[in-house]
Amino acid sequence: MSDTTSSPADLPPGGQPAGGRRRPSAFRLRFQAVSATLASIPITLFGLVLVTFFIGRVVPIDPVLAIVGDRAPQDVVERTRLELGLDQPLYVQFWRYLEHIVSGDLGRSVMTSNPVTQDIARFFPATFELASVAMIIAVLIGVPLGVLAATRQGKWVDQAVRLFCLAGHSLPVFVLGLVSLLLFYARLGWAPGPGRQSIYFEGMVDERTGILTLDAALAGDWGAFQDALAHLAQPSMVLAMFSLAYIARMTRAFMLGELRSEYVTTARAKGLSRRRIVWGHAFRNTAVPLVTVLAMTYAGLLEGAVLTETIFSWPGLGQYLTVSLLNADMNAVLGATLVVGLIYVALNLLSDLLYRLLDPRVK
Amino acid sequence: MLTRRSMLLASAAAATLPAGLLARSAAAQTPANVLVFAKQIDDIISLDPQEAFEYTASELAGNVYQKLVTTPNSDPAKIEGELAEKWEAAGDNKTFTFTLKDGPKFASGKPVTAEDVAFSLTRAVAMNKPPAFIINQFGFNKDNAAERIRATDPKTVVLTTAEPTSLSFLLYCLSAAVGSVVEKAAVMSHAQGDDWGNGWLKQNSAGSGSYAVRQWKASESVVLEANPHSNVAPKIKRIIMRHMADPSAQLLGLQKGDVDIARNLVADQIKQIQNDPKFTVQFARKASLMYLSLNQKNPNLAKPEVRQAIKLALDYDGIQKNIVPTTYAVHQAFLPAGLPGAVTDLPFKQNIAEAKALLAKAGLADGFEVSFDYASAAPSSDIAQAVQANLAAIGIRLSMLPGEMRAVITKTRARQHDIAMLRWGSDYFDPNSNAEAYSINLDNSENAKNRTIAWRASWDIPELSARAIAAREETDSEKRTQMYEDLQRDHQKVSPFVIMLQEIEVSVARAGVKGFDMGPMNDRHSYTNITKA
Repeated sequence: MSDTTSSPADLPPGGQPAGGRRRPSAFRLRFQAVSATLASIPITLFGLVLVTFFIGRVVPIDPVLAIVGDRAPQDVVERTRLELGLDQPLYVQFWRYLEHIVSGDLGRSVMTSNPVTQDIARFFPATFELASVAMIIAVLIGVPLGVLAATRQGKWVDQAVRLFCLAGHSLPVFVLGLVSLLLFYARLGWAPGPGRQSIYFEGMVDERTGILTLDAALAGDWGAFQDALAHLAQPSMVLAMFSLAYIARMTRAFMLGELRSEYVTTARAKGLSRRRIVWGHAFRNTAVPLVTVLAMTYAGLLEGAVLTETIFSWPGLGQYLTVSLLNADMNAVLGATLVVGLIYVALNLLSDLLYRLLDPRVK
Repeated sequence: MLTRRSMLLASAAAATLPAGLLARSAAAQTPANVLVFAKQIDDIISLDPQEAFEYTASELAGNVYQKLVTTPNSDPAKIEGELAEKWEAAGDNKTFTFTLKDGPKFASGKPVTAEDVAFSLTRAVAMNKPPAFIINQFGFNKDNAAERIRATDPKTVVLTTAEPTSLSFLLYCLSAAVGSVVEKAAVMSHAQGDDWGNGWLKQNSAGSGSYAVRQWKASESVVLEANPHSNVAPKIKRIIMRHMADPSAQLLGLQKGDVDIARNLVADQIKQIQNDPKFTVQFARKASLMYLSLNQKNPNLAKPEVRQAIKLALDYDGIQKNIVPTTYAVHQAFLPAGLPGAVTDLPFKQNIAEAKALLAKAGLADGFEVSFDYASAAPSSDIAQAVQANLAAIGIRLSMLPGEMRAVITKTRARQHDIAMLRWGSDYFDPNSNAEAYSINLDNSENAKNRTIAWRASWDIPELSARAIAAREETDSEKRTQMYEDLQRDHQKVSPFVIMLQEIEVSVARAGVKGFDMGPMNDRHSYTNITKA
């Protein structure tokens, strides 16, 4: 799913979204005013729409076929082609689409026959819930692991972390997902099966936010809340495993850089406790680059993870985008891509703002 | 010491580990009055029976709505009244009168009236969505529907066709999902503009079948609730169909007891549990064929000898046994087994020598090269490779062009392929559905209005087309069946279609789950008699 938003080099094996990535320009950017970033947003989004739109039109699938099916008589096909404006030149089609977007209309999805905005409002919360929990797990485990590895560089702890990260990064998600289902669901019975909730709760909780755990909590239905949380556990851990490995490796690298600095030697010479040096000085200085890594990892998770979602029957953005793409459902693809683009832009902006808070030099 | 032998043992143990894990499944059970299907349901676009043409939506329509007539799965050629008590054709074979049964009631509790029937058929005609042609081919259109589809009293519907029509042809077409009867009052109360209530009926239901739609969440689930007023009351109160894209997840759910019936297991999974007493495997021949289309624009493929040589070069049995042992059967006629008039004998067996002789006769003893389009997903990709190897044996070299299914279809619709491997499911339960697709092409020009499969293969067949039309119009049903059988046999001798396999739908239920009635068409899969022990 990352194809439209990240460079191919970021695509790790298994097709999962890239854990994240450091923009080389991050440090330069932080000296620029937020307004400059804000100004670049429309340009970025325009470029995104342009590229996606034209890719969508060169795909060798007839969009009319996707709508009326293979059986429709020729007059229905022609009528639909006219309705879609597919007889118009490409630039006219693009202009029309832009006009619609600006007025907040992303068109209708062929696949679900709903307005795309409504679909995204339904699929995105599922992804948001999964990605956020995965992110929390990844940060809570990945960052301390990275620090631990850096402070014990070359020791067995470091090697063990390295091995763990290597496994996390290179084990294909479908293997991890299926083995986890096999073990925790089928064999041990600790975790519930695929899906967002058990059939007992199907349709029982009013949808307000689309985030099931939150909806259940708002409704005060703690049984449903527990059920939703239990269903979250497996997919979020599988998803976290991947990001965690990346975060730990990056944290370790940043920490090593800091630990070699002269101020650490000075602090040591002054007799500061090891804990003060590691957490109070070195770690605080890694916070700035780490924020970028975390923001981009989170953005990657929010794109939706196709394989994880498929294995765990999680109706998220990744599945929506993939199925739409395979069906040449271009309104849906463009809409979802735009949302993903917006997420990246927003998280970039957020990390820029965080620099300002974290780095005393940027005032 | 780590010997070679212990290494082998260890790896063998590692390989059986997952199977060992699976063997011990806990006894979690779905509630007794709820049935859970695991199925890939992301094909659903709309639940409106006058619009939907997809597999899952047709299946749901068959359980939520009733039609005037239907065919029982035990004897699919027989026509039974579902809403209709009786019917008769007038002497001119243009006027058909249906008398409704007493008893069928919508989920709202109101009885089904002739007005609802006329409204539903008119609705199909006027909305003119993809499946509408099944009804429209009798000469209905939105301007004449009011006079040709009439409710003459609360129990009587009269249809007037444009041309003299075979009664069995009309009835089979009315038994399609598009002929489902919706409740006029319920639908029109939700109408917006001139949408005939389509916007609402896409996601809801207003039918008299065993179930009513309670909720549909795209790519997530469909929930059906028993229709309390139905005259065909179901045994199970609630059906939950969950979207599980991954067959492994479906199997796990089944073994774990969270799923009662899994619908998309793949061949090797079925093999694995076929003999397990904890599960019941059910097979049903589906009206869906896998075939090769040989584009007649290619001068080599246009030679009659080449077409027959290709049919003789394929190892049908080998492909079926090795690649799709449980999910396809060998079939070589354009009418799938299960449909009235289907020819089930298999005239083609692999015969390399004869195939080579035919090629030589065509002046192509050294073979030739053509492109080959096929869907890149399994099992198409594996079958395509077998086809490639078989044809290589007689000197025909295929340059392989795997693609997304819809891309392959797009290409054949534009007649740009040489050889393409495709699937075709019958649109409705009448021999004409496939006869028309495979053997009617009255206008072979680029701008033809009717672009059948025969047109897509650029196969110009004025004489065969006439025969297929004559068969459609034949009012004597026995004679009609005979005409279709002759047509299929002649088709096998000359057509540019290598019909290879017929799809088998497989569903696997937990032991104790009984009564899922599967038919040759998706709208014939009935949930009404399902019970759970």
